[in-house]
Amino acid sequence: MLLFLLVPTLIAVGTGFVDETGAFTWDTVAALGNPVVVDAFANSFGLSALTAVVGAIVGAVACYGLLGAREHGPLRAVVDSLSGVLAQFGGVMLAFAFVATIGIQGLVTVVLRDTFGVDIFADGVWLYELPGLVLPYIYFQVPLMIITFLPALQALNPHWAEANATLGGNRATYWFRIAFPVLAPSFLGSLLLLFANAFSSYATAAALTSQGSQIVPLQIRSALTSETLLGRENLAGALALGMILVMGVVMSGYSVLQARAARWQR
Amino acid sequence: MTPVAPVAHAPTRLVRGLILGSIGLVFAIPIVAMVEFTLRSGLAGGHDFSRWTALFQGGFAGPYRAVLVALGNSVGLAVGTVVLVLLLLVPTLLLVHLRFPRLRRLMEFVCILPISIPAIVLVVGLAPVYSVLGRLLGSGVWTLAFAYGITVLPFAYRAIQANLDGVDVRTLSEAARTLGAGWVSVLLRVLIPNLRRGILAGAFISVAVVLGEFTIASLLNRNTLQTSLVVVSKADPYTVVILSLLALTFAFLLLLVIGRLGTVRTGSRRRPTTGGQP
Repeated sequence: MLLFLLVPTLIAVGTGFVDETGAFTWDTVAALGNPVVVDAFANSFGLSALTAVVGAIVGAVACYGLLGAREHGPLRAVVDSLSGVLAQFGGVMLAFAFVATIGIQGLVTVVLRDTFGVDIFADGVWLYELPGLVLPYIYFQVPLMIITFLPALQALNPHWAEANATLGGNRATYWFRIAFPVLAPSFLGSLLLLFANAFSSYATAAALTSQGSQIVPLQIRSALTSETLLGRENLAGALALGMILVMGVVMSGYSVLQARAARWQR
Repeated sequence: MTPVAPVAHAPTRLVRGLILGSIGLVFAIPIVAMVEFTLRSGLAGGHDFSRWTALFQGGFAGPYRAVLVALGNSVGLAVGTVVLVLLLLVPTLLLVHLRFPRLRRLMEFVCILPISIPAIVLVVGLAPVYSVLGRLLGSGVWTLAFAYGITVLPFAYRAIQANLDGVDVRTLSEAARTLGAGWVSVLLRVLIPNLRRGILAGAFISVAVVLGEFTIASLLNRNTLQTSLVVVSKADPYTVVILSLLALTFAFLLLLVIGRLGTVRTGSRRRPTTGGQP
C-alpha cells in the first residue's frame, strides 16, 4: 500500500523540486508558468468542465428515466453493465470508436458529407486535436454519471413523495421543494467527480492524438518519453504536482458534498 | 432487498421511453459506426465480412497473435488484482467496522485517496519504483497487479463499504457468536454471505478497471490488452476496430454475467424451490 501509493506520489511530487544533480530547486516548478504549460492546464480545465457539465446533465436525465425500471430487471442489468464498460473500460477503444464515427472516413462524417452536403471537417480535421476529445469524453462521462448518481436518486425516500401528496403538494412542489434540495449535494458531488475523471483521463487522448500535447496528461507523456531535452523528467514531476493540486481541491469539494448528501441517505 | 412498490416520483412510461430511447439512440451511433467501419470492403465502397473472416480464418495469426497473448496477460492481471484486493480489503473493513470504528474515517480517506491521484501522475512516481522492482522480481507483467491493486482500491472499497453500511454487521456477528460460532465461521458463514452483493460488485468493477487500464501499462512498457490494441491500430485501422468491438462486447457480457450472478443467488435464496442450477 505504502510502496505503491505513497512512494510513487512522493517521488512524482518530489522530482518537481529537484534538478538533474539532485539539488533542491524551484526552477522546474517555475516551468509551470511556461505559456505552453499554462495553455495545457487551461485546455484541460475547459475540456473537463465542459464534458462534466454536459455529462452530468444528460446523465441525470438518464437516471431519472431509469427510476421506474425494476432494480433487477433486464433493462437495469443492461444499462448497469453498459455504463460500467463505457465508463471504466472504454479508454483506448473509445478513441477507435470515434475514429470510425467522426474520423475522416467515419460513418457520420461520410453520411453528412455525401447525403447532406455538410463537411464537418471544412475547417480542417479537428478530431485529433483538442475539440475532437469533447465527444469521446462526453461518451464516457454520461455512463459515469449514471453509475454515481443513480444510487442517490434511488435513495429518495418514497414516503417523502407520499407526505408531499398528503400535505397537498403536487409534482412540481415535490421536485423543487424536496427532491432537488435533497439531491443537490449528490449532483454537485457527481459533477466534481466527472470533472476529476476528465481531468485525469489519459487513455482516450493518448490513443487519439499521437502528436502534440494540448492537455496536461499528454504533456506528462511527452515529458516522460522524450529524453532529448534536459530536465524533462523533472518537468513531468512538476506537471504531476500541478495535477495533484487541482485534483486535491476538486476531491476535497467532492468529499464535503458527499458528507452532506449522506445526511439524507440514512 | 424487499420488492419495491411503484415509486411515486418515477416518470411515466411515455416519458421514460422518450428519455431512454433518445439517449440510447445517440449512444448507439458510435457502436453502429464501428460495425459499419469493419464491414467496408476496400475503397470502392460496398460491405462484406472479408475483414472478419480474414481475422478469424487466419486464426489470430501473425501480428494478431500478440493481442491474444496480451489478452491472457490482462485476464491474469485482473484475477490477481481482484484476489489481492479482496483478501486485503474485506477482513480489514470488517475489523475496522467491528473493532475499531474510530479508524473508519482514516480508512475511508486512505481507500478513496487513489481516486484523487490520476494514473498519469502515479506513473511518474511508479517508474522509479518499478525499475527497482524489476531488478528484484523481474519485469513480468504480473508485477503490475500491485499498482492495479491501488487503482481499483477506491472502487472496491466503495462497493463493499456501501454493502457493509446496509447490513447490521454488529448484531449479526454478535448473534452468531452467542449461538456458539467461532470467528472463522462468523466470517465465512454469516458476514461474507451477507456482503456478497458488495463483494461481487467490487470484483465486477475491479475486473473492468484492470481490463481497460492503459495509462500505467503503456508508460511502463508492459504488454496488456489495451497497449496491444494501440500497437495494432498503427498497422491496421480496420482490424483494431473489430478487436475493440470484440473487447467491448466481451467486457459487457462479463459485467452482465457477474451482475446476474448476484441477483440469481438472491432469487434462489428467497424461493428455494426454484433452484435447479447445474
